[in-house]
Amino acid sequence: MVQNIIDVKNLSKSFDISSKNPGIKGTIRHFFNRQTKSLKVIKDISFEIKEGEIVGFLGANGAGKTTILKMLCGLIYPSEGSILVSGHLPFRRKENFLKNITLIMGQKQQLIWDLPPIESFYLNASIYDLDKFEAKKRIKKLSEMLEIDEELFTPVRKLSLGQRMKCELLAALIHEPNILFLDEPTLGLDINAQRNLRKFLQKYNKETNATICLTSHYMKDITSLCKRVICVHEGAISYDGKLKLLLKKLSPVKEILIVCRSEKDAAKLESLGFNVKNKIKNEITIKVENNSITSSLKTILNNFDIEDLFINEPPIDEIIGKVLMKKDYDI
Amino acid sequence: MNSRKYLKVYKKFLHTSLASELEYKTNILVDLITAILSLIGSIFLLTIFFQNNGYIGGWKFEQALIIQAIYTILNGITNTWFNPNLTEIVKHIREGTLDFVLLKPIDSQFFISLKKINPSGFLEIMLGFFLLFFCIRINQINLNLSFLTLSLITISCSICILYSLWFFISTTTIWFVKTWNAIEVLRSFLYIGRFPLNSFSFSLRIFFSVFIPIAFITTIPSEVFLGLSQLWKILLEVIVATVFLITSRRFWLFALKFYSSASS
Repeated sequence: MVQNIIDVKNLSKSFDISSKNPGIKGTIRHFFNRQTKSLKVIKDISFEIKEGEIVGFLGANGAGKTTILKMLCGLIYPSEGSILVSGHLPFRRKENFLKNITLIMGQKQQLIWDLPPIESFYLNASIYDLDKFEAKKRIKKLSEMLEIDEELFTPVRKLSLGQRMKCELLAALIHEPNILFLDEPTLGLDINAQRNLRKFLQKYNKETNATICLTSHYMKDITSLCKRVICVHEGAISYDGKLKLLLKKLSPVKEILIVCRSEKDAAKLESLGFNVKNKIKNEITIKVENNSITSSLKTILNNFDIEDLFINEPPIDEIIGKVLMKKDYDI
Repeated sequence: MNSRKYLKVYKKFLHTSLASELEYKTNILVDLITAILSLIGSIFLLTIFFQNNGYIGGWKFEQALIIQAIYTILNGITNTWFNPNLTEIVKHIREGTLDFVLLKPIDSQFFISLKKINPSGFLEIMLGFFLLFFCIRINQINLNLSFLTLSLITISCSICILYSLWFFISTTTIWFVKTWNAIEVLRSFLYIGRFPLNSFSFSLRIFFSVFIPIAFITTIPSEVFLGLSQLWKILLEVIVATVFLITSRRFWLFALKFYSSASS
């Protein structure tokens, strides 16, 4: 049986936030008499993550995804509740725990700006107490997986965002951690760079059985990497389960675009009682429930002369967008 | 603590920061010229003070020059290690890059205090030592083992006090986010360390001994050089340095509990 590597129970976090009224008067009042209030950004959440799982954290901006990630890796002290990551209390930041985890943030970098990334890799290797031979071996292996070569010897400031992100990944993985916390790792990358990064993460997970916790606003990251998602809404978990199940529940219908040989056929199809979304000349788009797709297709193919046919999934961004707006999903 | 690992990491710090700095040759050249001009300016200022009066606070010009030499060495150390690293703490906290430091299996205080060096500060340290040796000659100081030991102890204590003060102020960034001004105030207080403590009024002497112990930083090591120092003063400096070092360490560990990281 696969063991839980992350165990979170009734976790809450509050921050003291100050607010300021606009204008010069508000500024002066804010300077002399700062009003702060305690804001509960994470509200009594509980979940478990198994070894080797890839879990996506979904939520609107400010929902609390990054705060959860930062508490899991030990950067922020929780206000209430308990967290166990790989058997450790993260906020104690014990050496054995830190050697097991890594945090990658799409919008922050740890590479030394003026030097080639290889210098940062060797620096990290010495921090993780790796000898030169072992470091060299790992750099070679990871650079092959990430498909980087010349970039290793080019100053970081001269690298493109995509190349830099690959190097950030290498720097963060040189100690071969078995838990990866990724906070929007594909932020700002072009489509090819995003795809390469996802490919690498899949490969890394497969080869090392590493657990990956990921936040991203790019749905493609979530759909291609995560079987399970945890949706966070205003600091509380609104859904925790399989992504497939969530999508199925939220989008019970598929769209079928049928290109008929004649306009007459299209008109006849419309009259058969299908839920028609639109019809342009001989092209007709109908909405069919997931559980009746096979029978509907049979009827169409048996009774009409069809030129072409497309089954479209509804746009995932739209569906997830709905999830992010809701407080609770009972599936 | 695994000292072999820390030594290895420090060697890497030295290598990477030197390599980074050497990327900008003109900047290093300007820094070197600034260090030389700054020393010349300070000595010139000192000669003006002593022009009409042979003594200030009971110190002759040749003796006051020792304070200038120690100040130059300490300023060199400040510019080599403290300035590039401790000012960076503010940046680390504001931009949230302290996250990377805290998640490394290495002491975070060691990492943020020693990661960078500014090679041009080395010249200042060397100039300070040249001036110190010159002062030893003109003041006809007899170099012996006990003198060297005491000098080493007092200068080390001065470095510890200076580091702790600076680190303490930088740590408050965790709550106040911006503390550039406090560091600037500390730097300007340090300029006071170029003059003998006796040249100030009684109240200022108390202020610079008790509240901001600048007096300990330059005056006591200088007194050791001149054979004027009393044992209780040296002991007091050792105690002050130890208390400051321990307090700054504890304060850092305490402050980290309040670190909320920058939002992404």
